[in-house]
Amino acid sequence: MRLDPTERRIVAATQAGLDFTPRPYLAVAERLGLDEAEVIARMSGLLARGVIRRIGAAPNHYALGLSANGMTVWDVEDGEAGRLGAMVGAREDVSHCYLRPRALPDWPYNLFAMLHGADRAEVETRRAEIAALLGASCRGSDVLYSTRILKKSGLRLAGGAS
Amino acid sequence: MTRKAPPEIDALDRRIIAGLQEGFPLVPEPYAEVAAGFGVTEAELIARLKRLREHGAITRFGPFLDAAAMGGAFCLCAMAVPEADFERIAAVVNAHPEVAHNYARSHRLNMWFVLATETPAGIAETADAIERETGLGVLGFPKLLEFFIGFRVAA
Repeated sequence: MRLDPTERRIVAATQAGLDFTPRPYLAVAERLGLDEAEVIARMSGLLARGVIRRIGAAPNHYALGLSANGMTVWDVEDGEAGRLGAMVGAREDVSHCYLRPRALPDWPYNLFAMLHGADRAEVETRRAEIAALLGASCRGSDVLYSTRILKKSGLRLAGGAS
Repeated sequence: MTRKAPPEIDALDRRIIAGLQEGFPLVPEPYAEVAAGFGVTEAELIARLKRLREHGAITRFGPFLDAAAMGGAFCLCAMAVPEADFERIAAVVNAHPEVAHNYARSHRLNMWFVLATETPAGIAETADAIERETGLGVLGFPKLLEFFIGFRVAA
């Protein structure tokens, strides 16, 4: 599903964020030489098509007191992966949960779940809860803590906002 | 990402962040429309969001895009980087604009990054380029299935 040139300009103009002004879509429209109604209609279309997943705030877990997170990884039976992944992904302390291919022999894990907590001890407690939840269908697991953020720019369309 | 101490986030701030993670309306005056639900004026909501953004309690406010729906692709990748060469390799990897984020992690596979490209072929092209430039293998972990995202910041 491709973007037409107008959609592309709107995406480029909004991907860094909306203005904190009473009429943020008007601000986008003025920057692009469109009218506000068209910006709203186009963005509604992008939302309906799933190009825009959601519109809202990205919370900073650290600032909100969820200082610790670990990428937990699990080797679960393929036949059970859909059911187990749905169970893990529905937890409120899991922000992302995906089934991914293993990379044998380096990497035996196929279920990835980003797990959050106030500190590492809480992450470990919750990891044990997930292990209990998965039971015998899980053959092994690990947790990878981020030690440093090397880059965080998010998705950017080339072309810029102007 | 900054790890500043939380700067005076009160209960209302938390409710605002929790309540505005999705569904911000596509109407001419969206802040006014949602402000009432938090019991504040449009001006106060805007002022609080500005402050939360400036303090880093929210890192972005606006539309979140799906690269795949635009014809592009995301792929989680990992590398095992020798510690002595870590900074140099990180700079080589980060120099690619397709690298959306990159984390050092506690594992033999110690560098984990996400590629976001405008075409599916861009993933392999970028991964190949990184392998050529670094002389290290890049393992790719494309998502096969995404499960319901249950995470919500509690109010």
